[in-house]
Amino acid sequence: MRREGSPFQGMSTVFVKELADHISSVRMLMLQLLIVFTALAALYEAINSLRQNTAEDPFLLLRLFTIDQAPLPSFVAILGFLIPLMAIGLGFDAVNGEHNRRTLSRILAQPIYRDALLMGKFLAALATIGISLAALWLLVIGLGLIFLGVPPGSEEVARSLVFLVVAIFYAGVWLSLAMLLSTVFRSAATAALVSLGIWLFLTILWPMLAPALAQVVAPPDPRYALLGLNDPATTVWAQELLRLSPNDLFEEAMLAVLSPTTRSLGPVFLDQLRGAVIGAPLPFGESVMLAWPQTVGLIAGTIILFVFSYVLFQRQEVRA
Amino acid sequence: MSEQPTETRTPPQVPVIHARGLTRCYGDRAVVDGIDLDIARGEVFGLLGPNGAGKTTTILMMLGLTEISSGEMSVLGFNPAREPLKVKRRVGYLPDAVGFYDQLTATENLAYTGKLMGLARAERARRIEQALWRAGLTEVASKRVATFSRGMRQRLGLAEIIMKRAEIAVLDEPTSGLDPQATQEFLGMIGELKAEGITVLLSSHMLDQVQRICDRVSLFRAGHIVLMGAVPELAVKVLGAGFVVEVEAEGLGLARRLAMIPGVTHVETLSVNRFRMTAERDVRPDAARAVVAVDGSLRRLSVDEPSLEAIYTRYFQDLPAGGARHAA
Ligand SMILES: Nc1ncnc2c1ncn2[C@@H]1O[C@H](COP(=O)(O)OP(=O)(O)OP(=O)(O)O)[C@@H](O)[C@H]1O
Ligand SMILES: [Mg+2]
Repeated sequence: MRREGSPFQGMSTVFVKELADHISSVRMLMLQLLIVFTALAALYEAINSLRQNTAEDPFLLLRLFTIDQAPLPSFVAILGFLIPLMAIGLGFDAVNGEHNRRTLSRILAQPIYRDALLMGKFLAALATIGISLAALWLLVIGLGLIFLGVPPGSEEVARSLVFLVVAIFYAGVWLSLAMLLSTVFRSAATAALVSLGIWLFLTILWPMLAPALAQVVAPPDPRYALLGLNDPATTVWAQELLRLSPNDLFEEAMLAVLSPTTRSLGPVFLDQLRGAVIGAPLPFGESVMLAWPQTVGLIAGTIILFVFSYVLFQRQEVRA
Repeated sequence: MSEQPTETRTPPQVPVIHARGLTRCYGDRAVVDGIDLDIARGEVFGLLGPNGAGKTTTILMMLGLTEISSGEMSVLGFNPAREPLKVKRRVGYLPDAVGFYDQLTATENLAYTGKLMGLARAERARRIEQALWRAGLTEVASKRVATFSRGMRQRLGLAEIIMKRAEIAVLDEPTSGLDPQATQEFLGMIGELKAEGITVLLSSHMLDQVQRICDRVSLFRAGHIVLMGAVPELAVKVLGAGFVVEVEAEGLGLARRLAMIPGVTHVETLSVNRFRMTAERDVRPDAARAVVAVDGSLRRLSVDEPSLEAIYTRYFQDLPAGGARHAA
C-alpha cells in the first residue's frame, strides 16, 4: 500500500523549530560551556607543551588535537568522552517529551507523517551538535594561529575537517541511541538514566572489560607470556571487542586521520605505532582510507539505531 | 499540496464521515467493535458513553492516528488510513488532553502548526490573528503558554482549528475541567463553528451540554454504538415517551380528558388541579383544548423536553448489573 504525499512534508518546519529550541535552550548552553571549558583546558596544556618543544613538526596544528599532557587527556579524547553526553542531552526527551507535553497528537493531527517529526528532530539535534563542533574547530585553529604562530597547511585543514565530519557521525550514533530510548521509555528521566548508563559503560567500563573478556574467549598461550609478549590472538579479540563501542571506533578513526604517521589500525600494531616516529607520514587519502571502516561503522550504527526508533515510533499509540 | 477544490467538497447528501463495521482491536480485545456511522455536513454530532467505551479510539481512527483493524471508513471522501494527509489537512482535532509548547507564545505555537499545515507566511499571520481574536486570546497572544490556564489552552486549541479552516472539527472532551462560565463561552464558540457550516464531532461526559448543542448523539458502550439519533427520538426509544407536559388548571374530570388525547401514554395527578402527562409528541395544544372543553381555567402549561441525562441514566439502569461498566 503506497502512502499518499511525501513522508518528508513538514520536516523542514520541524527542523527549524527544533533547531531554534536547542540553540536557545539552557540545556544546550550548559553542555556547550562544559565542552568549551574542558576543551580549553586541554588545548592550553597542549599549546604549552608544543611551544616548549621546538622541534620541527610538519603537522603542528594536528598535534594540538592529539597531544596529551598528563593529567589531562588530549582534546580529541575529551571530545570522544563529551560528544556522547551532548548527543544524549539533546535526544533523551525527543519523543517522550512530546508525549509528556501532550503535544504529540496535536502535531500529528496536522498534515505530516511521523517520519517528518522524527527525522526533523534528529537532523535538528545533529545540526546543533555540528554547529557546536564547528565552533570548537574554529577555536582550535584560531588558538593554533595565535599561540603557535604557524598558519595551517591545506592538508592539516583537510585532516581536521575530516575530524569534524567523523565527530558528527559519532554524535549521530549517540543521538540515535538517545532518541531510541526516548521512544522506548515514556519517562524522560528513565530514558536519560539508561542513556547515561550505556554511555558510562561503553566509555569507562568497556575498555576494561573487553581485554578481560578476550582473555576468557581466547586464553593467551603461556609461551608468549614467557617471552613477555602478548598473545596476538588474545589481542585481536580484545581489539575486536573494543570496537563494539562507538568510542573506540571514533578514537581509531581520529588516530588515523590526525596522526598522519599512523600506518595501520591493525590490532597487533596499534600500540606499537601510537606516537612512534617510524617512517614518513601517510598521504591524506590513505589516512582517510584507513579511517574509513571505522567511519562506516559509526554511520551504520547511526542508521540501525535510527531505524529501530523509526519502526517503534510508527507503531506507537499517539495518546498519552 | 494543492488538490482541486472540487475534490475537497463531498456533495451535501453524502455523509462527510462514513463508517461501516469499523473495528479496532488491541490484542484480541475489540475496543471499537463494528460500528456504523454516518455524519452529515454541518451537523453537530455527540459521542457519549462511559470511560473506556471507545470514543477516543473512534476519533483517532478517523484521523488516521491509530490503525483500523477492520471495516471501512471515509472522511470527506478520503480513506484516513490510506490518505491521512488529505484527511488531516481538512479536519481539525482538539485532543482530550491538549498540550502546547510552554516556552513559546500563543502566536508562536499557532505559527508552528500553521507552518505544518503548509500556510504561506502572510496568510498564516492573518489567520493566526483572526483565530486568536475569535478565541478571545488577542490580549495574551504574545504571552508564553506556560502562563495559560486550562480554559485558555482549550481556547488556543480551538483557535488552531479556526486557523486551519477545517471542514470538520473533532473535539474530544473539550469542556472537561472548565468552569461554568468558560464552558458557556466555549459552547458559544462551538455554536459559531456550526453557524459557519462546519461539521462538529464532540465527545463529552457533560450530558446537558451535549443535549444543548448536538443535533444528534450516539451512545457508546463497550465498543458498540447502542443508541444513535436526535435526543427526542432516543427519549421515545428509551423512556417510552418524548415529552413531559405539566398542566395546572381547574376543571371537572380533566384528568380523564387529558388521558384521552392521542399520543399521551400516562397522566399523573400531582396535586389538586396539577397533572403531569407523558407523551410521544408535544401535546400542549391538545391539552389546552381539553381544558377549554371542560370549561376549566388554564393557569399553567409547560413542556419539558426529556433530558439526555434521564435517557442515559435509564439506559444504563436497565442493563444487567455491571454491564454498564463492562469496558471501564
Ligand atoms: N494502547 C492501548 N492498548 C490496549 N488497550 C487500549 C489502548 N488504548 C486504549 N485502550 C483501551 O481501549 C478502550 C477504549 O478507550 P478509549 O480511550 O477509546 O475510551 P473513551 O471512550 O475515549 O473513554 P474516556 O471517556 O475515558 O475518554 C479502553 O478500555 C482502553 O483501556
Ligand atoms: Mg476519551
